[in-house]
Amino acid sequence: MTLHDIYLLSPEISMAGLAAALVLIDLVLSRKSVLTVVAFVGLAIPAALSMILWVDLNNQTSTHMNADFGTDTAAFVVDKFSLFFKFLIVAIVALVVLASSEYANKFQRFRAEFFSLILFSATGMMLLASTVELISIYVSLELTSLPLAALAAFLRDDKSSESGLKFLILSAVSSAVLLYGMVIIYGFTGTTVLADIATQLSGAGLSADEAFGSNALLFGVVLVIAGFGFKIASVPFQMWAPDVYEGAPTPVTAFLSVASKAAGFAVILRVFYVAFDTELLSLDWGAVFAVLAILSMSLGNLVAILQTNIKRMLAYSTIAHAGYLMVGLAAVAARTPEAEAVAGPSGVLFYLSGYAATNLAAFAAIIAISNRVGSDRIDAFAGMSRRAPYLAGVLAFALVSLIGVPPTVGFMAKMYIFGAAINANLEWLALAGVINSVVSVYYYLRVIKVMYLQEPEDESRVRSGVPMKLAIFVAMAGTGFFGVYPTPLIELARSAVGVLVS
Amino acid sequence: MFTGWLTALVFLPMAGAIILALVVRGDRNIRFFAAAVSLAELVLAIVIFAMFDHEAGASQYQLIDKVEDWIPIESFKVQYFLGIDGVSAPMVLLTGLLGAVAVYSSWSVKTRVREYFVWLLALQAAVMGVFTALDFFLFFMFWELELVPMFFLISIWGSGRREYSAMKFVIFTILGSAFMLVGILVLFYSTDTFDMTLLPDAIANGKLLLPIGMVFTLTFIAFAVKLPIWPLHTWLPDAHTDAPTAASVMLAGVLLKMGAYGMIRVSVTMFPGVISDIAWLLAAAGVVNILYGAVVVLRQTDLKRLIAFSSISHMGFVLLGLSVVVGVNGEVSAVGLTGAALQMFTHGTITGLLFLLVGYIYEKAHTRYIPDLGGLAGRMPLLTTSLVVAGLASLGLPSTSGFVAEIHVFLGAFPVWSWLTAVGAFGVAITAGYILWMIQRSMFGPRNPHLNDVADATPLEMLPVAAMVIAIMAVGIYPSLLVDVFSSGLQPIVDSLQNVAVTATR
Repeated sequence: MTLHDIYLLSPEISMAGLAAALVLIDLVLSRKSVLTVVAFVGLAIPAALSMILWVDLNNQTSTHMNADFGTDTAAFVVDKFSLFFKFLIVAIVALVVLASSEYANKFQRFRAEFFSLILFSATGMMLLASTVELISIYVSLELTSLPLAALAAFLRDDKSSESGLKFLILSAVSSAVLLYGMVIIYGFTGTTVLADIATQLSGAGLSADEAFGSNALLFGVVLVIAGFGFKIASVPFQMWAPDVYEGAPTPVTAFLSVASKAAGFAVILRVFYVAFDTELLSLDWGAVFAVLAILSMSLGNLVAILQTNIKRMLAYSTIAHAGYLMVGLAAVAARTPEAEAVAGPSGVLFYLSGYAATNLAAFAAIIAISNRVGSDRIDAFAGMSRRAPYLAGVLAFALVSLIGVPPTVGFMAKMYIFGAAINANLEWLALAGVINSVVSVYYYLRVIKVMYLQEPEDESRVRSGVPMKLAIFVAMAGTGFFGVYPTPLIELARSAVGVLVS
Repeated sequence: MFTGWLTALVFLPMAGAIILALVVRGDRNIRFFAAAVSLAELVLAIVIFAMFDHEAGASQYQLIDKVEDWIPIESFKVQYFLGIDGVSAPMVLLTGLLGAVAVYSSWSVKTRVREYFVWLLALQAAVMGVFTALDFFLFFMFWELELVPMFFLISIWGSGRREYSAMKFVIFTILGSAFMLVGILVLFYSTDTFDMTLLPDAIANGKLLLPIGMVFTLTFIAFAVKLPIWPLHTWLPDAHTDAPTAASVMLAGVLLKMGAYGMIRVSVTMFPGVISDIAWLLAAAGVVNILYGAVVVLRQTDLKRLIAFSSISHMGFVLLGLSVVVGVNGEVSAVGLTGAALQMFTHGTITGLLFLLVGYIYEKAHTRYIPDLGGLAGRMPLLTTSLVVAGLASLGLPSTSGFVAEIHVFLGAFPVWSWLTAVGAFGVAITAGYILWMIQRSMFGPRNPHLNDVADATPLEMLPVAAMVIAIMAVGIYPSLLVDVFSSGLQPIVDSLQNVAVTATR
């Protein structure tokens, strides 16, 4: 490992260092609230290091920088794609830390461990965006998941423990499935490096008559999709999501719903666009994602209608949004060679960022409200427009963005990603997507209705602290600004996916 | 190009809504501020209408505000592009007028005053945006933007089953626009532009990703729901009945016109071939609307519901006017389309006025149930006179704008669809029946004892009524006021339809 390798890994190293530092500071510190500040300010280091890498990358002729770790093939790359996700994940973590500063009073003694687990998980996510080798991907994925299981059980009550255990077991199962798929792919190609897999496959003489060219590959790829499908909570691997989301501490739910999803899509894009990028294969996995997209959207939206707990409802909403995101995966370039190839994957990146801002705004408002009323039931939000006009306004705005009504980033992102589908001749998929959006109107508007039309249970005001206000402001600003002027974000996403589609 | 007039027109109410939400305090101040904004908007709309040059030789789209690099992404080129032509200029005027009337008629709103006016102004901004946007993406954005204010207006300040009606309105509208969204995106990826001024040629010369009939249908559904065409109309009676007065005025006055406007701007202008092929369907749907609406009105006992169903009937005339696009023997006349456009404007003013008057009556008599009313003429002479004027205009009495619109529609449609038009003309007779019967039952006859001390409208309350009556009579007596403007906008459309008709007869 050379100094250059450490330089390339510096955002991840600093993230993990921050996580460890928090636990150590906790030992000598008596005022625990300082930890929030340390965690928040400390995040400036990985952000700054990623920025330096970005500038450095811009100055080079090559589109990526490799870390070799003593072998002759790269297991870890720094390119615009991975840096995009590093920025996104650092931003998400920052907002989650701010939003949970008050919530963390519930487990005062373990405040440091709470933040440090989030940071460790984020380290795994940042690694995931950069790894280009199957074993590294697997290790990063485990680093991401294990802290999350502990975090889900953090409240230590019945529901939270169930949530943690469920996440741990199902996560282990899905990892096993993923590993099995990877083993088969390794057996077929004799390598674990994504770029080499692509080389091997292009010379393997796959038959165009069979799905994925050969049964072995079919088996391997489907298992890999199943393993990743768990991470992004796509149907039919979504069973864990509602229970885990409901039981986990709300900030953890927020973190799970956006960061874990972002990392999942990052690794899916990387694996499928680098390793399985031949026209034959990409048409096949594109079709698989198209089917999964429709299933996810439809099941997520339909079941969400029935929910009475807002976290559970948002869990199903997350499943639905995984469906919309997979529309971008289905829009592979090979379908229409004459059209632009970056539309689909850049749509995924744009949608992910917009969804992160929107969902974090929604969750921040939910944390602030339900922390004071002591309930996650939708009924408990009655009359919030009077008890907490700004929080209710924020939640309403975020829900409107989740529906996809302008002037919000949710609208722009849906337009862009459905546009990518049509660009790839998937009009029926876009149609299924918009009809699903109509279904979702009902349950999102129901929450708004409860907040604005029903009488409050009592008249006491719901207030929130300064860190929460900051988190809400930033998330709201992102949701609103990119809803009116999405150009910078779209351009960033397009330049980021440039390395995937060459 | 950037003249700034239309940008000001769209964003004035929007800015007003934001300032209202954040700065202004006190119910009284809020009302006056909202009134000031809406009056300024009306003045601006009048100025813009006056500035519009409808002489032959003037450019088709005027007062253009264009920022090309709003979203300059290669596969997603969206421009900020506002402009008006002869079709949208009168719609801008109508929206300005009804917006001011809506704010003015809401003086008696007592609950959650600030929110109310915020939503009302936001609604007006969105509708102005729809009528002035010339980029399809922007058009769609404004089209969707109008949903949220309307949802809140109906569900918070409405009456009856307001939550149900609001939700139904939103779901119906958004389902329609969902299809339109796919249509818009298909058009973009086929022609590489969202520019509504370039799309007609681009569609005619290019190859679409989907069959053109399917693209047409996708976009048409949204307008059909909004207009509404039977059987997609079921949201309308609920929403109109349960909405507060101002929202009803806006709904019937301008929101339905968005559907008709969309049909002219998109369905006719961009798909002249398809619309000619299905013109018989439009004519049939128009006649069904006219007769269905009129017959159902006869059974209504709630004043607002009655006017709501009469809207369905009147929107049938728009459809019948549009069905003239096909022409006879390769000759397309502009009369039918002009009639449809006139009907849009005139129905906006007349039905807006009717809802306003019913709102006043409800406020004073505390009921809209016709059997409970009766004999009000003695107690409220001003309102009764106004209702008679509005009613007569609605049934199409000469010298009112209702007559001008209907005669244009019939003159245009008769040569093309003689039988259907003849059947549709029955609607006029039924309309005369239900309007007069409604006025007779509610305003004349023996007075209900408990209505003995209701008051008439105050002179101040009559101000918006007077404005609307002037608009109705002005167009009725001097139709060229609007006809010339409409013609300048419709002539290019008629020319392209003419080409289609000529090709078809060959």
